[in-house]
Amino acid sequence: MRQMESRRFNDYSKENSFFASRAVIAFVFVFVLMAVLISRIYFLQVVEHERFTAISERNRIQLQPVAPRRGLIYDRNGQLLADNRPNFSLTLLKEELGDLDQTLAKLGEIVELSEEEIKRFKRRLNQRRRPFETVPLKFRLTQEEIAKISIEFHRLSGVQVEADLVRAYPQGPALAHALGYVGRINERELQQVDANQYAATHYIGKLGVERYYESLLHGEVGWRKVETDVRGRVLQTLEQQDPVPGVDIQVSLDVNLQKFTAELIDGKRAAVVAIEPSSGEILALVSNPSYDPNEFVTGISVADYNALREDRDLPLYNRAIRGLYPPGSTLKPFTALAAIDSGSVPLDHKVWDPGFYQLSVGGRKYRDWKRTGHGRVDLNHALAESCDVWFYDIATKTDIDIFSDYLGRFGFGSVTSLDLPEAGAAILPSDEWKRGREKQPWYPGDSLNLSIGQGFMIATPLQLATATAVLANRGKWIRPQMLKRVIAENGLDGVQQELLAQLEAKPTPPDVKLKREANWGEVIQGMVNVVHASYGTAKKSGVDAEYLMAGKTGTAQVVAIAQDEEYDSEALSVRNRDHALFVAFAPADDPKIAVAVVVENGEGGARAAAPVAREVIDAWLLNDYDNALRDD
Amino acid sequence: MIRGDFQRSMDAQTLRRPSGLWSYTHLDAPLLLLLLVLCGYGLFVLYSASGQDMAYVTRQALRVGAGFFALLFLAQVPPRVLMRLGPWIYLAGVALLVGVLLFGVGAKGAQRWIALPGFRFQPSELMKLALPIMIAGYLARHPLPPSLRSIFVCLVLIGIPFALIMKQPDLGTSLLIGASGVFVLLFSGIYWRWIFLALGVGAASLPGLWMIMKDYQKQRVLTFLDPESDPLGAGWNIIQSKTAIGSGGLSGKGYLEGTQSQLNFLPESHTDFIIAVIGEELGMTGVLVLLALYMLIIGRGLIIAVQAQDSFSRLLAGSITLTFFVYVFVNIGMVTGLLPVVGVPLPMVSYGGTSIVTLMVGFGMLMSIQTHRQMVRR
Repeated sequence: MRQMESRRFNDYSKENSFFASRAVIAFVFVFVLMAVLISRIYFLQVVEHERFTAISERNRIQLQPVAPRRGLIYDRNGQLLADNRPNFSLTLLKEELGDLDQTLAKLGEIVELSEEEIKRFKRRLNQRRRPFETVPLKFRLTQEEIAKISIEFHRLSGVQVEADLVRAYPQGPALAHALGYVGRINERELQQVDANQYAATHYIGKLGVERYYESLLHGEVGWRKVETDVRGRVLQTLEQQDPVPGVDIQVSLDVNLQKFTAELIDGKRAAVVAIEPSSGEILALVSNPSYDPNEFVTGISVADYNALREDRDLPLYNRAIRGLYPPGSTLKPFTALAAIDSGSVPLDHKVWDPGFYQLSVGGRKYRDWKRTGHGRVDLNHALAESCDVWFYDIATKTDIDIFSDYLGRFGFGSVTSLDLPEAGAAILPSDEWKRGREKQPWYPGDSLNLSIGQGFMIATPLQLATATAVLANRGKWIRPQMLKRVIAENGLDGVQQELLAQLEAKPTPPDVKLKREANWGEVIQGMVNVVHASYGTAKKSGVDAEYLMAGKTGTAQVVAIAQDEEYDSEALSVRNRDHALFVAFAPADDPKIAVAVVVENGEGGARAAAPVAREVIDAWLLNDYDNALRDD
Repeated sequence: MIRGDFQRSMDAQTLRRPSGLWSYTHLDAPLLLLLLVLCGYGLFVLYSASGQDMAYVTRQALRVGAGFFALLFLAQVPPRVLMRLGPWIYLAGVALLVGVLLFGVGAKGAQRWIALPGFRFQPSELMKLALPIMIAGYLARHPLPPSLRSIFVCLVLIGIPFALIMKQPDLGTSLLIGASGVFVLLFSGIYWRWIFLALGVGAASLPGLWMIMKDYQKQRVLTFLDPESDPLGAGWNIIQSKTAIGSGGLSGKGYLEGTQSQLNFLPESHTDFIIAVIGEELGMTGVLVLLALYMLIIGRGLIIAVQAQDSFSRLLAGSITLTFFVYVFVNIGMVTGLLPVVGVPLPMVSYGGTSIVTLMVGFGMLMSIQTHRQMVRR
């Protein structure tokens, strides 16, 4: 024992001496390296001092970044949707400015300067910038203003009129929700990107396509080696490395269809999404009301922005991809498919519809939209006449998990679009979802509501259009996408290739495989009869059609109607009236277009939404851009 | 163990313990004074380097303040607590680094941050201290000098964060963090023949390292070897910083008078290249003052390490001090053109928050080691 203690003691003294010696070595190591640094500093500052002083004296050579031209955006036919236009701005150079307030006052007499322009200017003035970098005061000068300023130049030192390229959206509000917009880059965004690449860039994609494809559209910064005078002002350019312009892209939109669609729903709060089922390309994506994206480019005024934000009609809200609506009866083709394909009910399942449905005798009455009922109804009539009771009945025979499974496979409850980063996932209810969110089990009544697209079920117009396209394809999945083609004449750089590779790598949802392939035909036939049969709910929209169209009307309740009350549109305030919906694709046997239409508070789907879809499809298939709705 | 502690208690008797305020706050007066002077000097230079923008100075002063709070807090944590928490901090650090690779945000092709609401956090900063604590704790639990097996375990512990940070990719930081772990090993009394063997293997594997480097990293090395090859691009920084320092001479061009710094020839003048501003405006005098401050801080750190009473404390103190020096050396070496450009800030002087707080936390640990030594036990 004593022996061991002493050995340990020795270990500690050994350890101590080890450590002390290592500490001394460390200090010597530090000392030597410090000496290296000091001799290096001595070499630079004493030995080479003369040489570097000379270089520094001659160092009038600066690197200045040159902004690349932003890639243009074309529609599928090559029509220009986003352009760069020269913009003349009034800018001030702090270094040459005398008294700031005095200069501003003088300028105020020449051109109109709002309080806000001055406030923003002062904020920009306080941000970090390169020396001799000008600060913009007023954008988009008119020719007249330029002339007025030019006359007064001699008594305004430090004032300049500068030209640069600014994004312009020639189509204005009609494409705002589809394309997004660029705006002045802010400090937070600057931290997210390579600051060197954005050294000369003042704008960045804020929303939509402009944001998603920022790395394609931006391009590479160029550099100019310039000689400056002793105060840093540019005398001449010595060498230049040109910027690489951004890549032009073609989006899948058809600008004519887009504008025509916008016109169809003008004045309404509504959204329309049209997709080409074979490719997933989005042909039109309209959300109304909209706003002018050009206002956002150089900075919208606070007053204008607040007006947009506080507008009750929510013009900034992209209803087409984020709008949350109960799909109403437009969900019926999908719930019907779930019920018959899972075998929960036989294909020839028939129900007697007296105008209401009760889960138990004397229980709550689930009403049909038609008070008097539809009589004896099969799958075809249930779809074509939109008979609620048939669906209530299958809902009691189909497990909620089956409904959730089938609906999920059509993309409900998830984001399936390729390049619409702002798209919403909405809600696909399930037993599990309800237990998680409502802390309640799934009740049979919930299934009844779900079967007609009410209750917890929420979908976006984009999801409805996508699901309709997948149905039109008989289960073949396509990803809805905005990008049609990248026009890269000079090839792509690493970041751009990476973005495209990411797109390629995004998995497409698995195709919907039915147990019985013929069930597609059954449901699609029901949808054809919605439009073309004498008993179809949207038969008015099928009149004289030169093609076969498959559709489904929907009317979604905004407020719950009590048991003993009747829906009375007159009594309800406008905003509590039902939403009108319609989904369709055509031609039914060879789908070229799938459309979803939602008209908020439009009441009947057949009345308010189906005619819009008919017009859109006529325009696309028959090139008939005659707006028949305007005559109403 | 008991005898060892007793032996050290006897040694401690001969030390004069500071009393009153210093003993109560667990702060080390000489180190604290040096840090305050250094930070003050840094803020003074930052005003010039930021283009005389008081907003930068204010923001940096707030960070320095936060750093001192962190220091004060860490000084209260006894080293044995750190040693016990070591493995957990290390595990958390590794988990966060994995998290960065999976969900991190970043810029310029690198993922380095975890974004939390309100602020962004760089887990590699945590690792800068977690790794030496872990290694020092591990070695202190085993007989010293370490056996081959212990060394192997340590190298694995160093290798994990090293590889994860390199994957971000951030070669500079991964090398520095690796170094902080290796320093613990060096202080632990590892045999010289092993050290030389490792150096040999390291030199032999350099070509392999070159193979796995990213293009931009290779570019930096190439630019370092021949800055004139890319005078418009990456070589620009080095040419301009050397010119700034060289033209400063012995006494400098005067505060706020540096043409290189003020006319924006010098890039990154307020962050990584801030010493070039000192060199230009305050001359070699200004640089030597700075280096003297660093030397005094490092000297104090090594004294704390030598006076420490247990293996864990001295290994940790030694590693923190030496790592601090390496930051100084790498930054100044890079700006003066001795080393390739790796993004290492000048400790306590460069603008930027996370680095200052991490350094202050490290100095808090040093102070804790110095002030938690055992008093004589009866």
